[in-house]
Amino acid sequence: MGIAIYLLTFAILLAGLYAVVAKKNVVKIIVGAAILDYAVNLFLVLIGWRTVSTAAGAEGGAAPILAAGQSGRQLLASAVDPLPQALILTSIVIALGVTALMVALALRLHEKYGTFDLENIRRLRG
Amino acid sequence: MTPMEAIVPLLVALPLLTAAGIVAMAHVRPLAKFTSGVAVGVVAVNLVLSLVLLPARVGPIYIGGWSAASTLGIQINCDALAKLMLITVNLVALASLVFSLSYMRQFTKVWMFMSLLVFMVAAMNALVLAGDLFNLFVFLEVAAIASYALVAFGCEAEELEAAFKYLVLGTVGSTLILLGVGILYSLTGQLNMGLVAAGLRKLTLAGGKVGPAPLLAAACLIGGLALKAAMVPFHAWLPDAHPSAPAPISAMLSGVLIKASGVYAMARVVFNVLGPSGPYATVLMTLGALSMVVGVLLAVGQWDFKRLLAYHSISQMGYVVLALGAAAHVLSGPSPQVAVASVCLLGALFHLFNHAAFKSLLFLSSGAIEQQAHTRMLKEMGGLARRMPVTGFCCRIAALSIAGVPPFNGFFSKLIIIVGLAMAGYPVLAALAAFVAFVTLLSFVKVQRYALEGQPSASAAAAHEAPFSMGLAMVVLAVICLLAGPGMMVLRDWLFEPAGRVLMAGSAALIGGAP
Repeated sequence: MGIAIYLLTFAILLAGLYAVVAKKNVVKIIVGAAILDYAVNLFLVLIGWRTVSTAAGAEGGAAPILAAGQSGRQLLASAVDPLPQALILTSIVIALGVTALMVALALRLHEKYGTFDLENIRRLRG
Repeated sequence: MTPMEAIVPLLVALPLLTAAGIVAMAHVRPLAKFTSGVAVGVVAVNLVLSLVLLPARVGPIYIGGWSAASTLGIQINCDALAKLMLITVNLVALASLVFSLSYMRQFTKVWMFMSLLVFMVAAMNALVLAGDLFNLFVFLEVAAIASYALVAFGCEAEELEAAFKYLVLGTVGSTLILLGVGILYSLTGQLNMGLVAAGLRKLTLAGGKVGPAPLLAAACLIGGLALKAAMVPFHAWLPDAHPSAPAPISAMLSGVLIKASGVYAMARVVFNVLGPSGPYATVLMTLGALSMVVGVLLAVGQWDFKRLLAYHSISQMGYVVLALGAAAHVLSGPSPQVAVASVCLLGALFHLFNHAAFKSLLFLSSGAIEQQAHTRMLKEMGGLARRMPVTGFCCRIAALSIAGVPPFNGFFSKLIIIVGLAMAGYPVLAALAAFVAFVTLLSFVKVQRYALEGQPSASAAAAHEAPFSMGLAMVVLAVICLLAGPGMMVLRDWLFEPAGRVLMAGSAALIGGAP
């Protein structure tokens, strides 16, 4: 696994970026922005993931809850880092706000221009 | 917690609660007419509080009763740099709010505008006080969301188009910033700026070289923040978004938002978290020099008054970032030249403050002119100095300030930047900065010639002076433009030099965990 999963995250990020930059349809751009957000959230989850090598092979991803009889050090070694998950929660809420605003703007744009095609939504000079 | 330390969280909490309170008030019949007054009041209180804080020594504050040693609490940093930004943000916000008391009468649902504007001020205050990277990102986003909605406030076709463009590019910028923060967390296991800086120092390779992973994080962070600061080549959204907003919002966006969420955050991250080193300094200087030149060249050909001002914002921010880059450059390397760096930083911070004053004044006066002459095109105006003496006078002061004519404030800050660049060993860039100042002057001679002088056009003939509150806001900013030049020495001792010292202390400035 190792690096491959990070490369996958990066590929998702690039896919989102491509949609945002190259697509001409407002709805596709919004979807692209959502993909971009998910890629970063996935990256943050992966940062917090921990594995330990046991006799049965790599094992990990325990919930960060201290079990009876477990020392803090053991927990630290096997449990996932809860902090990035807290970050993602915040980041998802922000992304929700931004996406809602984007959709609202897209609806208003459709009212004014009658189209979702950015080729036809350009009254402002670059 | 000392009384002074108790003030600091109020700077964020008060406007945040007020923004929500305004929405509630607007739905209660007898209270609805006080919403604008409450908005002005809370920002005025904020300005007073940030002035009270200025002489006080306030250490890092930990929210929620965490001790300094635990490294877990949310840290608020109220150092000299944050104080400078607090005063700038609240000053411009107060002027914009007073201006909008009269200006916004042409719109419906003014309470929404007031609530969003106070919300944006709260977010910017929190942004400059943030002591950890994730809070920085969150409040950057909160301020940005409020600004997206405010750009689209008029709900006309062009405004929606500009807001959508701004929103999409802003989202890409924030995503990059969050990615950079994530990489730094994975490298150091910390989010607190001081502790991240300490962690990064341990990761430095032999010979002071930066490893590839911190470089990737830095690239994401600087790229995202450059997008927020509208540095060339990330500037495409600004000339659409800033002119499309209502005039007080243009003043806020160009006056303080691109500084707080772009330039301030970039300076904080590069100097205090990543530590000034060769590659970052080169990137900052390249971005700054490009923005300075390209911005002004694009501005010269503009006939739309607000669009012209927006392009000048890019150019003037280029000055600030160029000077920051030069300072980072002389601070990096084996023998840092502290004296030269302090000149560059003084120029950069002084110009940042001056630009906040004169650019918001220019945008406010463009709003007053647009309201009276019903046009933004310079060729359709004319003779407005006689029709609108107060607006014309203030607009002239601001134009002379931005053009760098002595004895106005813009002259001094540009002079310090040019001298700083020459001292840092970049005579070519210094000459370029002087050339850009000259082109800026030409561009504003055009504004004077077409908007204020000459024969009034048909649309401008019926213009008369702006209402009292708009005039008051403009006169206050004009007085600041006039006094900041001669009063430079006082301002330097109180504001700019302490702030510069925070940046010069580099990655050791924000010691978070260890008391």
